[in-house]
Amino acid sequence: MLKQTIKKIGLNISLALLFAFTSLQALADFSWNFPEPVTPMALDTLHVHNKFMIIVALIFVVVLGIMIYSIIKHRKSTGYQAVTDKAPSTSVEIFWTLIPFAILLLIDFVIMGIPAYHSVIMMEDTRNESDMVVKVTGSQWRWQYEYLGNTDKGSLSGLEDAKGIKFVSNLSTPQDQVDGTVKPVNDPKHPYLLDVDNRLVLPVGEKVRILMTATDVLHNWWVPQFGSSRVAVPGFIRETWVQVDKAGTYRGQCKELCGKGHGYMPVVVDALPKEEYNAWVVAKKEEISKASAGADKEWTKEDLMAEGKAVYEKNCAVCHQVTGAGLPPAFPALTGSKIATSPIFGADGKYLPDSHLDRVLNGIRVMPAWKGTLNDTEIAAVITYERNALGNSIGDIVQPSQVKAARQ
Amino acid sequence: MSTTTVAHHDEHADHPTGIMRWLTTTNHKDIGTMYLTFSLIMFLVGGSMILGIRAELFQPGLQLMKPDFFNQLIGVHALIMIFAALMPAATGFANWMIPLQIGAPDMALPRLNNWGFWLLPPSAILLTLPFTLALFGIGDGALATGWTFYPPLSVQGGIGVDFAIFAVHLLGISSVLGSINIIVTLFNMRAPGMTLMKMPMFAWGWLITAFLLIATIPVLAGAVTMLLTDRHFGTHFFDAAGGGDPIMFQHLFWFFGHPEVYILLLPVWGFIPQILQTFSRKPMYGYKAQVYSLWAIGALAVVVWAHHFFTAGMPVPALLYFMYSTMAISLPLAVLFFCWIKTMWRGSMSFETPMLFTVGWIILFGIGGLTGLVLADVAADAQYHNSYFVVAHFHYTLFAGGIMGIMAGVYYWLPKMTGHMYNEKLGKLHFWLTAISFNLTFIPQFFLGLAGMPRRIPDYALQFAEFNMISTIAAFVLGLSQLLFVYNIVSTIKGGKKATDQVWEGAEGLEWTLSSPPPYHSFTEQPTVK
Repeated sequence: MLKQTIKKIGLNISLALLFAFTSLQALADFSWNFPEPVTPMALDTLHVHNKFMIIVALIFVVVLGIMIYSIIKHRKSTGYQAVTDKAPSTSVEIFWTLIPFAILLLIDFVIMGIPAYHSVIMMEDTRNESDMVVKVTGSQWRWQYEYLGNTDKGSLSGLEDAKGIKFVSNLSTPQDQVDGTVKPVNDPKHPYLLDVDNRLVLPVGEKVRILMTATDVLHNWWVPQFGSSRVAVPGFIRETWVQVDKAGTYRGQCKELCGKGHGYMPVVVDALPKEEYNAWVVAKKEEISKASAGADKEWTKEDLMAEGKAVYEKNCAVCHQVTGAGLPPAFPALTGSKIATSPIFGADGKYLPDSHLDRVLNGIRVMPAWKGTLNDTEIAAVITYERNALGNSIGDIVQPSQVKAARQ
Repeated sequence: MSTTTVAHHDEHADHPTGIMRWLTTTNHKDIGTMYLTFSLIMFLVGGSMILGIRAELFQPGLQLMKPDFFNQLIGVHALIMIFAALMPAATGFANWMIPLQIGAPDMALPRLNNWGFWLLPPSAILLTLPFTLALFGIGDGALATGWTFYPPLSVQGGIGVDFAIFAVHLLGISSVLGSINIIVTLFNMRAPGMTLMKMPMFAWGWLITAFLLIATIPVLAGAVTMLLTDRHFGTHFFDAAGGGDPIMFQHLFWFFGHPEVYILLLPVWGFIPQILQTFSRKPMYGYKAQVYSLWAIGALAVVVWAHHFFTAGMPVPALLYFMYSTMAISLPLAVLFFCWIKTMWRGSMSFETPMLFTVGWIILFGIGGLTGLVLADVAADAQYHNSYFVVAHFHYTLFAGGIMGIMAGVYYWLPKMTGHMYNEKLGKLHFWLTAISFNLTFIPQFFLGLAGMPRRIPDYALQFAEFNMISTIAAFVLGLSQLLFVYNIVSTIKGGKKATDQVWEGAEGLEWTLSSPPPYHSFTEQPTVK
């Protein structure tokens, strides 16, 4: 009876597992080693890793083999009598005892040590022969990319100078999947948790020096196929470099615990052939000049609200929630909040300290300063939205031109 | 100590009964028992936390908890397992066995010993209380920074961080007190004739551990105090805006944190050779070589810390130095492995549960050590760092190398402590379930790390789904198997076949000359060692 019950339970469990696995079949995309390397550094890392893994596996098998032999042969149940060990005394014995030691010295500092040395030198050589510079800034919980321009070498090689291009890259997986209300959707074009709205675009075959910093806490910019990862430290500049040798889209994630959104700040990089990259730079610059022209025109409330909703849900809803209810005590509600309902501008037309605009531009404690991240239109729109939606109805609007003035 | 002058000292020694016995006891065996019990309870608490995490990671998508709570669980899991499960277990063994092994009547500083233990329960409460407070709307839960407290995240965090800082302070005081006690005991209370180089290996392992604790715990205490003043009193030690540096905290933390690994492992490296010689029925090989290796590892432990944050950015010469010095640890460690296997070689081995755990320990700890050697390589570390590869690596060193070693010790000494034999069949079942499910839990995590899954994320991309599912199922088997361990211990304490004084056929050393269980006050007359 008991046996039957156990069997039945066992059958049920195995059926459940089988079901679970088959439902995952569609996703089966797992791998046993590093993903395909696309930079010289990742290629080097893969070689070093494979070589070292073989070495340690060999050590493991040899030592384990000796031990298993002993376990099989030298057991009491087979009547084996223990011998008495003697310390090595003759020079021959001492020689044999020292041999494993010598082998290990050789493995550590020659077989592993020398390639490791060259890898370090290569990894840390961020400046020589570089073609362009990109600054990567980590913030809770998004990446910001700023193109700092070409080096002389880059300009000579016909690379379009991207200096001045600057944008924010946010997770673009739909919020209902992220917060668990619906199941993650398997869409190879927009992989779950690994997709962003604005991708970093890099030219193929050019050495890109990457300067890294952060605005709040530590982050780590990591694309496994690039083989480089570096911590972004607030208040300091760290460096690394990538040279993507194969066109394609590469995905990675933040690798340093940075708060509740740590799992939700992916890195997506498009590597384009030089001509396509140059075309992208030209188009992007045009887009930016259009956007800054937008800041000077007068916006209607409807347009601001529509734009503001998009900006809010992309940037603010992580903490303040889509409904504006927040997550007190860490993240206050916006619905009915003092800041979102009190006047912004004083009698002199300047914005008041601790006003809505002040808070969004400059931040406070956990609230990031958005002035470096969002443009005038986006800030005007999101403030307008927060004051006239989310259960608030103040009725006033903020124009991009007012934000522009406030920045000065 | 007992004030009675009665000549016979047996189990009916003069001491208060009930709760007062345990609150006021200065007896090394009582205190050892309390440490071990506390450790077992906290092992189950920390284990249930991680099962919550594994359940969340069973499938992609958030099912059970919010990311914030997830972050709290991972950090508190680590702090509990390290400070409240592994360290007290080793201290519990030290209390029980060091006086017995060196022929001393008790620890040198019994009242200090009592205090050292009773600091632990309050600190465990401090660590876990914020979870409960959050339920009542006070604060936002326990520390959510991972056990490493890295600023600026920890400066940003809620009251959980303050609770954890004070918990760490108390745990640190407790460890330092325990260490002082062990050093004083070992230097002053060895039986006549027991020179330092005749000391049992377990005592050696603990002596070096005690020195490491005294050297590094104050640095941790200093670092978390600086964090506390950064949080509340306007200092800027770790804030660039005030001239500080967040990475300085990592240097201070890991100056403690890396030796901590050896603090957890050295006591185990002490008693593993003793178990090996017992079940191989021949004396341990290379006693002196092992002692010197333990010292070498103790010394190297305090000069390799920065390999925990190669990716934080440091000058090339520093990278190279920390890489090569880390690799150098493999040399003394290899000597230890050589001696352990040579002890087994041509012995007359039998495989009772303690020996099974020891052999499993050697193999699995070997995997932890070898992957550690690979991790030392700076360039490859850029890939491994903070990925699941590292998670798997340090669970091979700390679960296999730490906890499974402790389990070997429990099965080895439990008959001596209780006077009863444990259930051998259950013990073996526990070993096989633990060893197999442990590997099935963590081998997939090596591959997850290589494929690019970062650690400490509450949800993951779909290509990581299969391995996470296997890992979760195995983790639950691993967790549930530990109930066998608890059952076996409890039923052994309650009763069972009487154990002989020597317990194991090949056991040698002073502790095996006493009755099982040993009298409440042992060695009232000093034994002499030849």
